[in-house]
Amino acid sequence: MSTTETPAAGVGPVEGAPLFDVDNPAPLIEAPRKRTKKTPRSTRGNFEMAAWLFMRLSGVVLVVLVLGHLLIQLVLDGGVSKIGFAFVAGRWASPFWQVWDLLMLWLAMLHGANGLRTIINDYAERANTRLWLKGLLYTATVFTILLGSLVIFTFDPNIR
Amino acid sequence: MATPVLDKVEAEAAASDHLITVTFRIRRFNPEVSADAVWEDFQLEIDPKERVLDGLHKIKWDIDGTLTFRRSCAHGICGSDAMRINGKNRLACKTLIKDINPAKPITVEPIKGLTVLKDLVVDMDPFFQAYRDVMPFLITKDTNEPTRERLQSAEDRERFDDTTKCILCAACTSSCPVFWNDGQYFGPAAIVNAHRFIFDSRDEAGEQRLEILNDRDGVWRCRTTFNCTDACPRGIEVTKAIQEVKRALITRRF
Repeated sequence: MSTTETPAAGVGPVEGAPLFDVDNPAPLIEAPRKRTKKTPRSTRGNFEMAAWLFMRLSGVVLVVLVLGHLLIQLVLDGGVSKIGFAFVAGRWASPFWQVWDLLMLWLAMLHGANGLRTIINDYAERANTRLWLKGLLYTATVFTILLGSLVIFTFDPNIR
Repeated sequence: MATPVLDKVEAEAAASDHLITVTFRIRRFNPEVSADAVWEDFQLEIDPKERVLDGLHKIKWDIDGTLTFRRSCAHGICGSDAMRINGKNRLACKTLIKDINPAKPITVEPIKGLTVLKDLVVDMDPFFQAYRDVMPFLITKDTNEPTRERLQSAEDRERFDDTTKCILCAACTSSCPVFWNDGQYFGPAAIVNAHRFIFDSRDEAGEQRLEILNDRDGVWRCRTTFNCTDACPRGIEVTKAIQEVKRALITRRF
């Protein structure tokens, strides 16, 4: 520091040379996404509440469905080694397992997609990034759900 | 009998006996000097029973007058001096040095999620805008003229007692990870102050406030991480208040 005299109480020397002065003022710092009076208020009805409730309810159902699924597929009756075309064909002969798998497919996909939507809303800052990420997410979700449902409904055990 | 000289020496020794050396590591930022924020260390002789704010005062008054921070009442009521001390949001005027391990450097940073203006001072406008958006005032539909006292039972008052304690220091909102990532979220403080009126039996605009908080950036973004409850210097159960607003939204809709 260049000044050697003791500064007056409460007035310390400013470190470094100021980059800005009266004629050349410092730029205003804008918060990345701040809430102002002009912030567009989105009115989506009760969608967010429905999504929140769906996460809780589907979560509870999925605990039963997924744990049951894992137990049957991986633990009981010799574990993974028994899984084959014949095993799947045998299970899907019963409407109970068709409904079980269909329910698990829809709930798990929607539950996961909604979770990812939340994460995108939280972390993607630019509107364009959000748009593309969500577009990708929704496309993948719809594709997987439709393909899975198609297979469950049109499964043919006699296929060659 | 000891001589007066010895007395004085002993008295001086006793007077400084309780002082310990503490390092304050402060996040400094001055946009007029540099675009980057830097850590700066200050060594202080201080009584461990003093508060962090006293340490900041010592630095500002005796060592470096350019240190900038907010404080008004200095006794935990005005809510000006919320800052991140040792990584946790606290009021500098309510944090004793002996309680935060003075053997290690004490880090002091501005609260997160709001634009830093200088040193420990942040731009509070977005915070107060969210507060204004929940209409934090009594609204009555037919009897707008205050012709007589609005009476309330002790039980009705007790219902929202916890959320009346808020001093708007922003410690909760600036500890919320959802708010850090997306400043459009109302934040815990605004929801707490909406809760204070939603559950007030004298107020008649609860439905309107619930509708505001049912928004995309409203209560449904809360991830119940409990950072806000941990941060609140007034001991408000913030997360519980947010959950009560969620419950009110669900039960009043169905």
